[in-house]
Amino acid sequence: MFDSLQEGIQSALKTLRGKGKLTEANMREGLALVERSLLEADVSYPVVQDFMTRVTEKALGKRVLLSLDPSKQLIGIVHEELVHLLGPVDPTLHLKREINILMLCGLQGSGKTTTCGKLSRLLLENNVRPMLVAADLQRPAAIQQLHVLGDQLGIPVYSEPGAKDPVAVCQNAVRKAKEQGIKLVILDTAGRLAIDQELMDELVRIDKRVQPDQVLLVVDGMTGQDAVNSAQAFNAALELDGVIMTKLDGDARGGALLSVKHVTGVPIKFIGTGEHLDALEPFRPEGMAGRILNLGDMVGLYHEARKIVDAKEQAELEQKLAQGQFTLDDFKGQLEKMAQPGLVQRMLGLIGGPMKELNQMLQSEEAEGSIGRTVGIINSMTPQERRNTKLIDPSRRSRIARGAGVPPQAVNQLIKDYERMKPVMEKMAGMGAGGRMQAIRELQEGGMLDPGGRGPRIKKGTGKRLSTKERAKMKKQREKDQRRRRREERPQQP
Amino acid sequence: MGLFNRRKDRPATSERAEDGQPAAASQGHVPLAGEGSPDAHDAPGAPGGQGGGWLASLRRGLKKTADLLNTDIRDLFKKQGRLVDDEFLRELFAILIKTDMGVGPAGEIRDRVQRDYRGRVVQMDDVLQTVRQGIRELMAQQDEPIAFAAEGPTVILVVGVNGSGKTTSIAKLAYRLVAEGRKVVLGAGDTFRAAAVEQLTIWAERIGAEIVKGPPGGDPAAVAHQAVSRAAESRADVCIVDTAGRLQTQVNLMKQLDKIRRVVGNQVPGAPHEVLLVLDATAGQNGISQARGFSEAAGCTGIVLAKLDGTAKGGVVIPIRQQFQIPVKFVGTGEKPADFADFDVERFVAAMLPASSDR
Repeated sequence: MFDSLQEGIQSALKTLRGKGKLTEANMREGLALVERSLLEADVSYPVVQDFMTRVTEKALGKRVLLSLDPSKQLIGIVHEELVHLLGPVDPTLHLKREINILMLCGLQGSGKTTTCGKLSRLLLENNVRPMLVAADLQRPAAIQQLHVLGDQLGIPVYSEPGAKDPVAVCQNAVRKAKEQGIKLVILDTAGRLAIDQELMDELVRIDKRVQPDQVLLVVDGMTGQDAVNSAQAFNAALELDGVIMTKLDGDARGGALLSVKHVTGVPIKFIGTGEHLDALEPFRPEGMAGRILNLGDMVGLYHEARKIVDAKEQAELEQKLAQGQFTLDDFKGQLEKMAQPGLVQRMLGLIGGPMKELNQMLQSEEAEGSIGRTVGIINSMTPQERRNTKLIDPSRRSRIARGAGVPPQAVNQLIKDYERMKPVMEKMAGMGAGGRMQAIRELQEGGMLDPGGRGPRIKKGTGKRLSTKERAKMKKQREKDQRRRRREERPQQP
Repeated sequence: MGLFNRRKDRPATSERAEDGQPAAASQGHVPLAGEGSPDAHDAPGAPGGQGGGWLASLRRGLKKTADLLNTDIRDLFKKQGRLVDDEFLRELFAILIKTDMGVGPAGEIRDRVQRDYRGRVVQMDDVLQTVRQGIRELMAQQDEPIAFAAEGPTVILVVGVNGSGKTTSIAKLAYRLVAEGRKVVLGAGDTFRAAAVEQLTIWAERIGAEIVKGPPGGDPAAVAHQAVSRAAESRADVCIVDTAGRLQTQVNLMKQLDKIRRVVGNQVPGAPHEVLLVLDATAGQNGISQARGFSEAAGCTGIVLAKLDGTAKGGVVIPIRQQFQIPVKFVGTGEKPADFADFDVERFVAAMLPASSDR
């Protein structure tokens, strides 16, 4: 099989470039690959069929542009249609002036309680202090879990230990919130099966009595074909206002989202991208479409990368670089940011098939260990040494090596890496985004980003200029050597 | 599209679906309830059977699955015999895909049917038999109950992604082992998720098992160590160690599982004797990646297929079995501690796809 959809379609449509129009016949193979890819991403079968019909209609009769690879053209159409179906974007919660009630529902283990915490954190960032309500009276310790989250975030949690009726709990909670002047209440309901009529009726009762302003369905990103059934049942019972998909920090492609969107028609609000409370992001259909098609999400990657470095730090660094003052301390700072826990995983989730090597590189243990080791070496240096690596003589080097518990060669390697990186970084400081990408590409080609690879040779002046006479002398010497080598080779020939 | 429309109104109209099949019934098909009796007879002989209750719960859990699969197949063959053409194969493929078995196995089965029946007008039972045989061959396995240690406590490590149902599955497994007269110690190794320890503690009290806890945020390997020590001291038969949910792509967390393995392995030779991967039956093709990740990091010996009581079919265990040879050992079919059964291929396939000739 092909590693990525792109490769597969490329090979299926190889002969098509610049030839006439896309027809059902010449697209068949490419479309079959798209269909397979969608099924492998867990988009439900009927949704896939519907989607394929739409895409075929859209693509039929389109002239294959001379300039464009037909595979790119077809993928472009598929991608565009997918974005269209997943949109429109609406990550707002439409808060009113008076009290707002949000209700989260979903299957067991889809991540409702964790999402409660994440939503609260997002609201706190926007200066809204929510109250959490423990309406999950089924699962043991669900109430405690919500309390722990509330304590972590410093927000009130309403619960009635020993209560049997979640409807009453929710009603009391809303009353209490009104008394306390709290603007937003989040109801954490129990997980339930869509076919369990009794529990679904209970949800409907809460919906009727408490009248939530927004009902959000929480869907596990790893859900398979069953997504249509449960989403449909929840939507029929509750009239959903939005969907939150969780657990998208792994390698699940999240095709269930297309199924859910297809059957409910409600906007997708947020996606959960990690275990920590800050890992909830507004939904972007472009990124999700890329993910479902296994094309990767470069925009998301860019945002993620931007998040690591805050603007002020970045400006300081730029200034230092512009003045040629990129020290080992700065180098360490950059490395430590890269070694941030969970970061690599989040990035990995965004990188699709085509970037596989980079993916593997980031995942390799060596890469992780080497960052830690490098930071250790820098930590063993004195401030002077960090500012000026030229100070490091063999005795200092062996001291540093002992301090960091590495062989002296590792210290050498680090200094080499740093010196290789320094001119590039300094050059980059004065460039726009395009120039930077170019510089990074140069670095990459030189193997800088490959921990085991050799760096690029950077041309250096020899320090003196040869005179004509000296050059002639060197040429003579070279020719003499060449002749000698040829002479030596000759007798060995038969 | 006909299939899609039918599915839309299925949840509300399960009785009507049965009423709508007089033709099938007159061919000799009896509703599922009637099938309970022959199977219920051999239930007491089954290992760990609790008077057929577990079988009934498995059947309940799979009934929805069976309804869907069976109904759709019978719809395919409504007019007694049908030409096996492209449309027929497409419909068959759609039904198979809906079980979450994935494009690979579904394609294999479809090709098999195509090879054997291409261009023929077939009887329902012939094709059903082939499809069942296809699944049975893919899932062929021996009965593999828990490998109990000859001496000392048997250590069972339970792993899985977040929200797959690990803690509940542990509770059910422990309940069952306690009911069999074994002494069980639980290790609350999920030190990460808020209140996970409390959740297991509540279960331990309900079941009557001892529990060993660590501090929140503590080292799960330390908890595992303490739990195994406690089990050895108190001469318990089984020690079940819970772990925090983790995605298989989280390299560091996966390494942690390896550490737990090593720690308990140093305490009791051969431990962990079982590493059970809890898989959500609603999971799609990512289940394959889960099986790969967890078996590489923790060496899974079996799967617990949880939440099989909904409309989900858990068909992803088929490619998992194909690619990694990990057998399904147990299925979870509800919220009560007793809703837990041994996995049995014959019954699984039969409940998934009942054939009229097998009654």
